[in-house]
Amino acid sequence: MSLDEIKIGGMGASRRRVEDNRFIRGKGNYVDDIVLPGMLHMEILRSPLAHARIKSIDTSKAWAIPGVRLVMTGEMMASRNLAWMPTLSYDTQAVLATDKVRFQGQEVACVIADDAYIAKDACEAIVVDYEPLPVVVNPIQAMAPGAPLIRDDKENQHDNVVFDWEVGDKDGTEKAFAQADVVSKLELHYPRSHPSPLETCGSIADFDRATSKLTVYMTTQAPHIIRAAVAMVAELPEHMIRIVSPDLGGGFGNKVPVYPGYVASILASILLERPVKWIEDKTGNLISTGFGRDVYLRGEMALRKDGKILGVRMHTDSDHGAFFSDAQPSKFKIGLMHSAFACYDIPAAHLTARGLYTNKAPGGVAYRCSFRVTEAMFFQERMVQAAADDLGMDQAEFRRLNFVRDEDFPHRTAFGFLTDSGQYAKCLDVGLEAIGYKDFLKQKEEAKKRGRLLGIGISTMTEPLGAGNSREYDILGIKMFDSAELRVHMSGKAILRTGAKSQGQGHETTWAQIVAHELGIPADDITVEEGDTDTAPFGMGTYASRSTPVAGAAVAMVSRKIRAKARKLAAHLLEVSEEDVEWELGRFYVRSSPDRGVTIQDCANAAYSNMPDGLEPGLENTAYYDPPNLTWPFACYIATVEVDPETGVWDVLNVVAVDDCGVRINPMIVEGQIMGGLTEAYAMASMQFITFDAEGNCVGSNYMDYLLPTAWETPGFELHEVVTPCPHHPIGAKGIGECATVGGPAAFVNAVMDALKGTGVRNIDMPLLPDRVYEAFTTRRDISGMPPVKTED
Amino acid sequence: MYPTRFNYESPKSIAEAIALLHQGGGEAKILAGGQSLVPMMRLRFAAPEMIVDINNIPGLDYLTVDADGTIHIGALCRHSDLEKSSLLMAHQPTMAAAAPVIADPIVRNRGTLVGSLCHADPQGDWSSVMMALGGIVVAQGPNGRRSIPAADFVKGPFQNMLAFDEIAIEAIVPAPKGIPNGGYLKLERRVGDFATAGVAVAVESSQGLIIRAGIGLTGVGGSTINATAAAQSLVGAPLTAGSIAHAADLAAQAAQPRSDHRGSASYKRQIVKTFVVRILSGVVESIERAA
Ligand SMILES: Cc1cc2nc3c(=O)[nH]c(=O)nc-3n(C[C@H](O)[C@H](O)[C@H](O)COP(=O)(O)OP(=O)(O)OC[C@H]3O[C@@H](n4cnc5c(N)ncnc54)[C@H](O)[C@@H]3O)c2cc1C
Repeated sequence: MSLDEIKIGGMGASRRRVEDNRFIRGKGNYVDDIVLPGMLHMEILRSPLAHARIKSIDTSKAWAIPGVRLVMTGEMMASRNLAWMPTLSYDTQAVLATDKVRFQGQEVACVIADDAYIAKDACEAIVVDYEPLPVVVNPIQAMAPGAPLIRDDKENQHDNVVFDWEVGDKDGTEKAFAQADVVSKLELHYPRSHPSPLETCGSIADFDRATSKLTVYMTTQAPHIIRAAVAMVAELPEHMIRIVSPDLGGGFGNKVPVYPGYVASILASILLERPVKWIEDKTGNLISTGFGRDVYLRGEMALRKDGKILGVRMHTDSDHGAFFSDAQPSKFKIGLMHSAFACYDIPAAHLTARGLYTNKAPGGVAYRCSFRVTEAMFFQERMVQAAADDLGMDQAEFRRLNFVRDEDFPHRTAFGFLTDSGQYAKCLDVGLEAIGYKDFLKQKEEAKKRGRLLGIGISTMTEPLGAGNSREYDILGIKMFDSAELRVHMSGKAILRTGAKSQGQGHETTWAQIVAHELGIPADDITVEEGDTDTAPFGMGTYASRSTPVAGAAVAMVSRKIRAKARKLAAHLLEVSEEDVEWELGRFYVRSSPDRGVTIQDCANAAYSNMPDGLEPGLENTAYYDPPNLTWPFACYIATVEVDPETGVWDVLNVVAVDDCGVRINPMIVEGQIMGGLTEAYAMASMQFITFDAEGNCVGSNYMDYLLPTAWETPGFELHEVVTPCPHHPIGAKGIGECATVGGPAAFVNAVMDALKGTGVRNIDMPLLPDRVYEAFTTRRDISGMPPVKTED
Repeated sequence: MYPTRFNYESPKSIAEAIALLHQGGGEAKILAGGQSLVPMMRLRFAAPEMIVDINNIPGLDYLTVDADGTIHIGALCRHSDLEKSSLLMAHQPTMAAAAPVIADPIVRNRGTLVGSLCHADPQGDWSSVMMALGGIVVAQGPNGRRSIPAADFVKGPFQNMLAFDEIAIEAIVPAPKGIPNGGYLKLERRVGDFATAGVAVAVESSQGLIIRAGIGLTGVGGSTINATAAAQSLVGAPLTAGSIAHAADLAAQAAQPRSDHRGSASYKRQIVKTFVVRILSGVVESIERAA
């Protein structure tokens, strides 16, 4: 009899997260928990100014403090050719500033001392003489004629443009607009936010002179990429570098780039021949490491009177800060921005994108999304609502009319992506039913008569996940595949390692479930290990929702390789030929007499103790997986709100989420991901942004100014599911880690805009803080692309 | 957190604490709940040479009401003690409304009302509440005790009237002469945020007339604002829609907000006005309900 898959913790089991056992007991092992003998501590001195020439740096007072072992400056780095490093986006970034500082918080010097207190005191004792330079804080200033040149270090860089890029069909789009009955326009700013994992970035570099081996414990989502980068930057041989990413306290894209702190700690350890620990403080994390978004988007939609979308035009001006280190692996300069409108059947589209340097922290990392997909989907869903309003159409009907239909897959989007599956209209229907759409519309009309403002917002989208495939995605030339290695022990217990790296996603739980599904080994019998480049197979790490689509696929594939070998062993044990052996979960049996069978554990035992002649012993294998395409989950998020016209405060009444992420491995983890994502979406819509004043001072450098949502104000979420298996993924999964962060914000904003419908207000930029809502409502004006910090009155 | 180096003292009596402060000569700081001082030390905005931790001094955590209705709040009475107090619910609606909106539950478990007054943050909620109530701070130094009205206690942003060797022992809310009523409304961006704007209203009524009124404003000026003209306009008359609107306008005029990332100055004025109206309308309702 076949095993009960749910009982063994296979696919579909809401198995408790095995990693939580140690996390909730405070037994996690984070970088800061690691203490090595003789370890020193590093602190970074950061620039207080956003743009200034460094006239001199006097470190003598710092050197004089007892317990100080090393003070490093840009000059010293330069003498070792380490003052600049390459970024993962083919730009360069200062490790420690030499010529000038280009953003507030930039790394200027480092102190290595016996403890962190001494290091901090010594940093304060360093005297830097700055000559302030004019500051550029947004793309508009960056493009202005005569704007100060930020990257004067780069040859042939005469302005602040990082890139000018375009995609789509320009002529076709022009024709579409010529035929339009109605043209709808929208302009908005997706504000800068920070992934803000609770654990900041940090590293312990441990260079052993005796073995010449460098071990670095590091907060990284992509240990193997880091190893390649370190080999490049530090010019050390790859086999002499070991990167260990232990437990991570969240990542959200923040822990993909290579940061100056990592490089400085490595050099310090090489120079001092002692382990050097660097743990960034919260402010350092918020002001200097990989922020997300900060894009000005504008666009227009060509529409036919009956509601059909004929074409879309988009332009983006993205603010990359002082160094282009987005860490995005696609061949497309503005990431996957052109995945916008993928769920709609649109004949023609054209996108132009300009990237700009400013005096702000570098990055534009994919904060819980595939590269720039969040901005794309936000713009898409805001544009769709504006278009429906302009046409006087119901926003749900307008979407339904323009959706790619179930029978039209595979579908080539106007921008050239290939979507392969989905039931868009069904997801929308489930959502409308759950929220009580028709009733709410009536309620809204009733409320309006009494001066109350209710609104409903819909956001529907399909997004590309799982970078990548090797044709279009690489980092530093390394193709974006992933890997899994499975070792089944003699007892049938196993250890699985992958090239991904969990930061809270629950890989230790779900990977074991995939193996259980493929092999019938109970999930509890499988250990999952990731993050150590000396033991894990080569992989590209975890971000862009790529773990399940790529590494998860590799887990299934390696399990199948193991099963193929186990079949040979089974045939041997059952004394029949391989063709006569049938498989059911956890067991091979003889086709003609199903009672005669052996378990996968029997096979494992035989692999070490009783193998047939000519068969290699052991039951271990590795699989590398290069996905044929991206995966395309679909989501429909609907929110209802009430806006207080006297204060601009808006309360969320209900939120419904319908996610189609294909086959669900662990429904509980999937739901956790959706709830977390919706919480972040709500935060972005309602409160979260990092802004800068005219001098480039960061407003949002701590948790009193940069607001993370808490359980107190976060609304409840009602979750629903639709399952359309991914046609090309071995277990039909599409990925879920980021859908709600990507698609969620527009639902909230659309709901508030719906409540203000009829006032003439088309857009309020996020976050929809009450003052902005109030101002828009009372002045009847949009609040779009305005500098976030007001200076008038 | 890496503050600068400091000495830590843990006195067991008020006298001992005062002696330590005196000895510190202005470089010593009292640690009560630590919810303002410790963040300042973390940012190295505060770099005291000596920390005088008063948490081990017995008998400072009281919250009592005298027979005449006078309320005493000891220096170690926590926000959460106030939040959970049935005494406040019954006797002091303005304080009862303020306690649950201070910071978040974790901060409330440690932070103290007296510490909040001493910290004199223009965005601190208790200062405006105490101003509205005509509260008093009792200070003790080497030369004994003195009482300072809450309205005078704040000297400016983050500055109070205490001498360097004085401790604030308790805060007092004087006995009401009429039926106390009022409320506290705060606009925050999320739980645990300081106020974009906050309004404390405390009124006492007798035979349908307002016989005392106080209005304190949080977060809309360089320090806590005592909207005396607005409050005064209510005294000697019953509350009407007209008198409420007038007081709200005066309170909005008394505010001196600045535009910042929490909102524009004019918006903050609008909030002050709206909140005065809402609190006083609530008062009217509760008076009507009682009648
Ligand atoms: C995350 C967070 C959010 C917050 N949000 C709010 C909010 O929304 N509203 C609000 O009002 N407050 C808020 N606070 C501040 C909080 O209420 C503090 O508890 C309060 O301001 C100070 O009280 P404390 O007992 O913690 O004082 P401490 O931090 O211990 O001391 C503060 C200052 O007062 C002095 N001091 C303290 N007690 C005495 C005394 N008895 N005599 C003389 N001097 C004394 C100290 O020396 C120090 O200078 C927040 C704090 C945090 C950390």
